[in-house]
Amino acid sequence: MSLDFNDETFRGDFTFKNSAKAIKRFPFPFPEDSYMYSVNMEPHVPGPVGSVFEHMFDVDEHYVSEMRDRAQVLADDPLRCQSLPHMELAGWDLLELIMESKARDYPHWFSLTKDGNQWHWVNRPLQIEQKFTFLDASTLPYGPMEYITRQTQGDFTLQDQRDDDLWIEAGMVTTQADWSLDFDIGMSFKQWHAPVPLAHQMGIFDRALKFLLKLQHGAPVRRFNWTMTVDPLLDTSPENYPKWGPGKTTMTPQTIGHRQHLRVELQTLHRLPRSNAIAFPIRCYLIRFEELVTVPKWARRLHRVVRDIPDELATYKGFLRNKPLMLEYLAPFDDGQPTSPGFAPE
Amino acid sequence: MSVGAPKIPVVVAEVVEVNDLIKRFRFVRRDGGAMPVFSGGAHVVVEMDDHGVRRMNPYSLMSHPADTMGYEISVRRDEAGRGGSLYMHRHVKPGMEMVLSQPVNLFPLDARAKKHLMIAGGIGITPFVAQMAQVEAMGGRFELHYSVRSPVLGAYVEHLKAHYGPRVHVYHDEHGEKIDLQTLLKSQPLGTHIYACGPKGMIAWVHATAKAMGWPDRAVHSEEFLAPPVGQAFEVQLAASGKSITVQPNQSLLEAIEAAGVEAPYLCRGGACGQCETNVLRCDGHIEHNDHWLTDEQKATNTKIMPCVSRFRGTALILDR
Ligand code: HEM
Ligand code: FES
Repeated sequence: MSLDFNDETFRGDFTFKNSAKAIKRFPFPFPEDSYMYSVNMEPHVPGPVGSVFEHMFDVDEHYVSEMRDRAQVLADDPLRCQSLPHMELAGWDLLELIMESKARDYPHWFSLTKDGNQWHWVNRPLQIEQKFTFLDASTLPYGPMEYITRQTQGDFTLQDQRDDDLWIEAGMVTTQADWSLDFDIGMSFKQWHAPVPLAHQMGIFDRALKFLLKLQHGAPVRRFNWTMTVDPLLDTSPENYPKWGPGKTTMTPQTIGHRQHLRVELQTLHRLPRSNAIAFPIRCYLIRFEELVTVPKWARRLHRVVRDIPDELATYKGFLRNKPLMLEYLAPFDDGQPTSPGFAPE
Repeated sequence: MSVGAPKIPVVVAEVVEVNDLIKRFRFVRRDGGAMPVFSGGAHVVVEMDDHGVRRMNPYSLMSHPADTMGYEISVRRDEAGRGGSLYMHRHVKPGMEMVLSQPVNLFPLDARAKKHLMIAGGIGITPFVAQMAQVEAMGGRFELHYSVRSPVLGAYVEHLKAHYGPRVHVYHDEHGEKIDLQTLLKSQPLGTHIYACGPKGMIAWVHATAKAMGWPDRAVHSEEFLAPPVGQAFEVQLAASGKSITVQPNQSLLEAIEAAGVEAPYLCRGGACGQCETNVLRCDGHIEHNDHWLTDEQKATNTKIMPCVSRFRGTALILDR
């Protein structure tokens, strides 16, 4: 593996870790000292150099190992990747979006050359070279969505738009925070969001859906979501709950700094041009508590967010049980000083 | 959260007189680059500088969706309208620089349909031209039923027949030919979706006939852009930006807001998409709600207005804009 990428695991011996550089660019999701659901969407425009927003699809030091983990999940459970027949065109739209973005943003790692519909794709980090015919699925080893998302960090879902609603009808989901594509596939926007507490009554899903139905090609948007994960597991799926759920009960004051992770999802939404579908990449970033507290502002703020979060949210996100342990660990880092607005370290 | 897709700076590459009423325009990018691909049924908003008056009219794209070298639209001359189509017909010439919006599709095909049954009237043919090309390329099934006033005014009939053969059926009003919708709908295979685009009366007829024959609403799709109607001039106060403006007889409220330098959201500019919805803070008078978006109850309360097509008569209108 080249120097650019870590050789690490997200299961078994859990050797995943963030470098100093990765900690510095971590997408800390709290712009203020408290958290509640909101329609938090902003244009997905390029951010500062080095930040996770610099490019359309962030490729970081965990890339190669994350892709190895995905291949393992798929080998164990092929239903993590599904696409209803009418979603193939959206899959091609997604493949084009990702290939063009990566080749433009990371020319030293990826290249795409086109001669009409004859395309030539090179992915150097994963040592893949592929000549294929665009829009002809028989020329790729997998369907277009599966092909490209086996080479791209983050989960992906594709939503068809019809009858003034969005329908989740394709996806590659191996790094999820406890929800299941196999269960949700075919559902509409409010159906698949049904388990979320409070947000429905707050009108958040009404407003978000109304906005998304009008999302324009060429004007993607982004939002954050977050939860808590014990041990650096990418795959916290309901299907595998018996494998990872019990881990939550064995954390101690001695191990929490190392085992407890803040899990942040950078979610983006893209209107796709040919299919008129919406692509929803969900990119997961993990950071250990002991890594996070090296940034004083983040440590202070996380303490306040966890302390004041409504029980409904802590329960839904699955950390109510460990909340006292978290507060005990984080409290010493909260000196009561004010924190500056915004996400930045200081 | 504003809709901020970049605009497309273009040059008019070609203007073709299709018949007495219709001209076709082809646009290419000024920098020679590729246009975004689009899906059949999408429209663009064309910005015009009509001797100092800014006009923005939506037109369906009718070029091949995979043709990224240029976009084509057809414009029907409307003598009684506000002047956008007259401007396109009289003043737009090859070589002229113009600006287009990014395409938006408010009339998409249903990807699950086993067959697409398209019903067009007059200039309503344009979105179907792009949709047929797309369905054909994907190997899908479709059938077009197209009514025109007379053979001379049957835009693109020859081209479509030559291309798609027996899948294209043409009806001439002048010869008393009429689509036999009931028989047509009775003979469709399961999984067929119906699409209608054309004059208001035709669209209502398609919906009503299909409904009476038991077709589910979600299998019947239509697109009707309203041209912003002309009317009397009226005054409006914009509370958020602290401006007072006058809307001219042949200007829409949205255009007047934009002309005052106030940013306002929009997508269709035809009363269909809901994007321009604006809160009314005070209304002493009568709002002429011309849109398809607000419910009848909402219209009755006069607390919302769609400035792309709606107008006002009365003494005071204050908007939250
Ligand atoms: C169209 C793309 C979207 C997809 C596919 C999607 C999918 C999901 C899924 C599968 C869940 C987990 C539900 C469960 O517990 O089973 C979820 C949670 C949630 N979603 Fe979405 N979502 C989308 C867009 C949005 C948008 C635009 C918002 C904006 C407000 C939003 C807000 C939320 C919230 C607040 C939660 C709860 C998260 C938590 O507390 O951990 N979603 N979403
Ligand atoms: S802009 Fe679409 S309804 Fe006004």
